[in-house]
Amino acid sequence: MSKMNLTRRGALKTGAVAGAGLALPTVLRAQDNYLNAPTGDTVTLGFNVPQTGPYADEGADELRAFELAVQHLNGEGDGGMLNTFSSKELQGNGILGKKVAFVTGDTQTKSDAARASAKSMIEKDGALMISGGSSSGVAVAVQGLCQEAGVIFMAGLTHSNDTTGKDKKANGFRHFFNAYMSAAALAPVLKQLYGEERRAYHLTADYTWGWTQQESIAAATEAMGWETVNNVLTPLASTDFSSYIAPVLNSGADVLVLNHYGGNMVNSLTQAVQFGIRDKQVNGKNFEIVVPLYSELMAKGAGANIKGILGSQNWDWKLENEKGEKYAGTNAFVKSFGEKYGFPPSQAAQTCYAQTLLYADAATRAGTFNPCGIVEALEGFEYDGLGNGPTLYRAADHQCFKDVVVVKGAENPSDEFNLVEIVEVTPVEQVTYEPDHPMFAGGDLGTCNPGA
Amino acid sequence: MDAIILQLLNGLDKGSAYALIALGLTLIFGTLGVVNFAHGALFMIGAFCAVTLSGIFNLSHKSSEPSGTDFLGNPKYEDVLYVKDWFGDAVGAWMLDWSVPLSVLFAIPIMLALGFIMERGLIKHFYRRPHADQILVTFGLAIVLQEVVKYFYGANPIPTAAPAAFRGSFDFGVMLGFDPNVIIYPYWRLVYFAFSAVIIGAVFAFLQFTTFGMVVRAGMADRETVGLLGINIDRRFTFMFGLAAAVAGLAGVMYAPINSPNYHMGMDFLVLSFVVVVVGGMGSLAGAVLAGFLLGILESFASMNEVKMILPGIDQIVIYLVAIIILLTRPRGLMGRRGVMEE
Repeated sequence: MSKMNLTRRGALKTGAVAGAGLALPTVLRAQDNYLNAPTGDTVTLGFNVPQTGPYADEGADELRAFELAVQHLNGEGDGGMLNTFSSKELQGNGILGKKVAFVTGDTQTKSDAARASAKSMIEKDGALMISGGSSSGVAVAVQGLCQEAGVIFMAGLTHSNDTTGKDKKANGFRHFFNAYMSAAALAPVLKQLYGEERRAYHLTADYTWGWTQQESIAAATEAMGWETVNNVLTPLASTDFSSYIAPVLNSGADVLVLNHYGGNMVNSLTQAVQFGIRDKQVNGKNFEIVVPLYSELMAKGAGANIKGILGSQNWDWKLENEKGEKYAGTNAFVKSFGEKYGFPPSQAAQTCYAQTLLYADAATRAGTFNPCGIVEALEGFEYDGLGNGPTLYRAADHQCFKDVVVVKGAENPSDEFNLVEIVEVTPVEQVTYEPDHPMFAGGDLGTCNPGA
Repeated sequence: MDAIILQLLNGLDKGSAYALIALGLTLIFGTLGVVNFAHGALFMIGAFCAVTLSGIFNLSHKSSEPSGTDFLGNPKYEDVLYVKDWFGDAVGAWMLDWSVPLSVLFAIPIMLALGFIMERGLIKHFYRRPHADQILVTFGLAIVLQEVVKYFYGANPIPTAAPAAFRGSFDFGVMLGFDPNVIIYPYWRLVYFAFSAVIIGAVFAFLQFTTFGMVVRAGMADRETVGLLGINIDRRFTFMFGLAAAVAGLAGVMYAPINSPNYHMGMDFLVLSFVVVVVGGMGSLAGAVLAGFLLGILESFASMNEVKMILPGIDQIVIYLVAIIILLTRPRGLMGRRGVMEE
């Protein structure tokens, strides 16, 4: 029988070792203790896009991009932007060695429907990440749901300041630019082309995106000397804007700002042109129309009416060809997408593709699918090679900061893919703002929720 | 004053679309007693007739020589239009430019046929069923038609231009003695108003001055008695369904340049048109036309900034407000028959 001498130092050592031993499984458990932790050899992502309703075409393009991203992550196809992405963690063998599978939902561009489909994908299909959408109202709603549920939300197309402003959430991330950035990018170009003394009349879609865009554009243009004559809110369900456009003609304004998106924008722009606004002169100046947020599908829908009209985009498929190597990744993505589908990708497609790669890369760098690990990996992450130039995922609000593209409708488009021309690419420094900027004030990022 | 005249013109134009759709709805309700919730879809299909004919005129083949490179850097071949090959450059260009007005001729047989097929294939089985069943089946049909159109044409609006001669706007105010540039109005909207007036007049003339119309009106008043006289009233009513479909379709064709056609444009008009029919009086053709113009004008005035400053949001509810007031004070609607919608 051995004799045991219990000294103070020995007791402390033993206690520390025993404590560490007991604590270790807890630490390991915490690492795995999150919602929908994958147990098999696949990991499921949820792509929630409008498959019905007025934005169904945009949703279809997002879905094409998601499918392409999944292919590339699984090592199929030419790899697309995996080849140009500055982070070299992704090897085309899925994410953390698990093959990527996906499920899809239909947002119908309705918040309730979008939340229901996201909930179903999380609860029934075990989705670990939700991405997609073509509306800020939907993005805010689904982001809130993902925060409550404990999964990551990689927003698709959402342009309202509120998404990473008063409605920001720790589990939510936005690659797409926002209304403030559009305004900051557009204002210098508007000043250069249309002068400092202008009177602007705003027609604004009556919901979160319209309000924040109007506020942003009005602030940016007023700061350079423009006057805002009027701001008229138009119902989201409007199809005939003629009764809102008619008063513009005699308001004394010489610029009409259409804070409309999708079908609303197509109709309001078409009708504004029909009413002869672009042929009119006020105070010796040509009457101009501005559409702050452009999309390729909107340009297509508006047809010849879009000619010469200024707007902004998050990305354009011609970026690398026209503006050089800084926007590397653009051509790689256009090639993959174009060869698979026969036409160039939209900005909605690019943002969804990039979000999927960014999620996969963050999980790989974190070494876990735990949302808290992914949040940590994405916060403050600087990267390049996904088509937008050097980009920062800011920790304070989970907003991406990168250059903004200013475009105008092509006067003589060479084909249906060249409906807009790049006028300028505004450097990221000019569109960056402080996290506590008044337009983004309020709300609380909170802390990550792993869902368990 | 100029603002009021401008909104009056707008109202007449909105009213034209409401009146044409409501006229078709009333024709169907008056003859067959069916509440047709697929009527908005017929309006939408009319607009897509314009899109289709324009698409046919734009059919092309690739040139034999590459003219550059496409977005992927592959050789790109120019599209050569068949209409220009077959009819020459001048005639081909004219056909493309006038594709919307030409679509009226294209749409008439299509809409008539669609109306006949709908009535014989589906609606006739619901004549003796409650209105709720009719509403359900026709609403379902509307969704099916909508989804079929979306499948073939996509969800994005498709720009459809008016002929070059009717694009842009002109100074309407100068004709009324106002200063130049005060009342400017688009040409095509005036064309639409004139077209609607012609169609409405033609439908009334058809019912009023032809033997066929007289029999239909007699059938609307007393179907059984007309049947007992040995007249096949069912066949005439089937034709009226086709005619109503054609009216809705033509309204859609000519509306295409005003708002780029999209697959859900019928739904946007449907509820409003039903309100128009109810306000005008179920079954009253004149009531539908009157209420269509009345509500179109009221909606336009409610959108004026001056009105919205006093009554915010009035533009969104004015039509329903008027409908409530009229139905409370006169349940049969403005020109409805006693016994329909009231005891």
